[in-house]
Amino acid sequence: MADIKDLKYTAEHEWVLVEGSVATVGITAYAAEKLGDIVFVDLPKAGSTVAEGKVVGEIESTKSVGELFAPVNGTVVEANDAVSASPELVNSDPFGAGWLIKVEFTELPELLSFSEYSALTGD
Amino acid sequence: MTEILSPLNSIHVDAGASFTDFAGWQMPVRYSSDLAEHHAVRTAAGIFDLSHMGEILVLGPQAAAALDYALAGKLSAIAIGQAKYSLLLSPDGGIIDDLVVYRTGEDRFLVVANASNRHVVARELLERAVSFDCEVFDESDDIALIAVQGPKSFEILSEVVGLDIPALADLKYYWSTPGHFGEHELLVARTGYTGEDGYELYVAPDAAASLWAAIAETGAGSGLVPAGLASRDTLRLEAGMPLYGHELGLDTRPAQAGLGRVPNLTKDFVGKDALQPAEGARVLVGLRAEGKRAGRADYLVYSGETEVGVITSGALSPTLGYPIAMSYVDPGVSDIGTLLEIDVRGSRVAASVVPLPFYKRENHG
Repeated sequence: MADIKDLKYTAEHEWVLVEGSVATVGITAYAAEKLGDIVFVDLPKAGSTVAEGKVVGEIESTKSVGELFAPVNGTVVEANDAVSASPELVNSDPFGAGWLIKVEFTELPELLSFSEYSALTGD
Repeated sequence: MTEILSPLNSIHVDAGASFTDFAGWQMPVRYSSDLAEHHAVRTAAGIFDLSHMGEILVLGPQAAAALDYALAGKLSAIAIGQAKYSLLLSPDGGIIDDLVVYRTGEDRFLVVANASNRHVVARELLERAVSFDCEVFDESDDIALIAVQGPKSFEILSEVVGLDIPALADLKYYWSTPGHFGEHELLVARTGYTGEDGYELYVAPDAAASLWAAIAETGAGSGLVPAGLASRDTLRLEAGMPLYGHELGLDTRPAQAGLGRVPNLTKDFVGKDALQPAEGARVLVGLRAEGKRAGRADYLVYSGETEVGVITSGALSPTLGYPIAMSYVDPGVSDIGTLLEIDVRGSRVAASVVPLPFYKRENHG
């Protein structure tokens, strides 16, 4: 996994790893911790089109439901099947094995830096 | 708003707990994993801080008579040491709170109320007892409550150094007995809200931290973990136990909630004349859904295109592995086996009416 300081973030507690034209998206450790034990994830299928800021999936814990927002406009090229089978990966390794989707984009919107996101969560 | 801190707060902070506001109290919602805490209670033991609960003492020669009038159940009929689940009803038959009442002496009862209802329960008991020869004291600030729940609870409590509960081995379900922890007096009850065997220990706040530490240390080798309110909620849901504000409220008659046997009609009490639910009133049922997506509180329940109910509590059951929910539904669709659908954020999930509780432990003590 990349250094979390090098990732981009959204105010909806997603992290974004940009490699070429593909953005790998997950939720931050802060978000996973707030949700509690994650027991179910509903992710968009590969090939589906997603729009920046729109809800594209759900992350359910025992106690609550979190929404996954697309951080970019684009096409889903891969959803993490391992997380669908073992949702606890989002808690145990949110920035690594717990990634959620990879999205191919043409234009990257303005995202938060690590320090901007950290300021948001009060860390 | 300033949150009230439990006498065990610093222990929870040191244990890395996440906190939630619960009825004005800052209480631990989980320590590390609510699922691990849930499973620990089902298979070994968990220790819970329930110091937010309300404790109201009713004392005096007519304490039993006052409670017979104030509450739906017949508290004069229970023996010293016995506990009884009861309801405080409004004059129009709605549920003000559900309670556990312990008789700790001939003229002495401890009424344990939900934290959110502590003040209203104390006020109602005071008003309803006014013409009886007894006194009502809200002791909530002077009593801490620690619950030890799970199959290994007895084994653990019997080994805690300094904890002396002479009658522990003979204590039956829904009975209580006095004990000591060092110089501190305790009331130990074989009661709980998890569907497992276990105990609740009522103790002075200044003894709570050392008692908690002693139990945690003794129990660690047996798999006991500190458990937060998140696991307590999934445990009680699996056990089909109602939660005030979800399954119970002022607009709920006892019979709707499956509590029709709590009111004792052989005596006079507040709410007695208004127990009958309205014609066609919804009734509480258990729902088992397919897949992994849980219906949650306030989600609607359908039969075809007709809305027939609303969920009051729901979760993906950690023990059973499928989604469960408690729901009020129209009486016509309340039979076991009825096929319904839950609207889970816009999509329909198939569910069927199943008996409550969802989970029952194997060995009833």
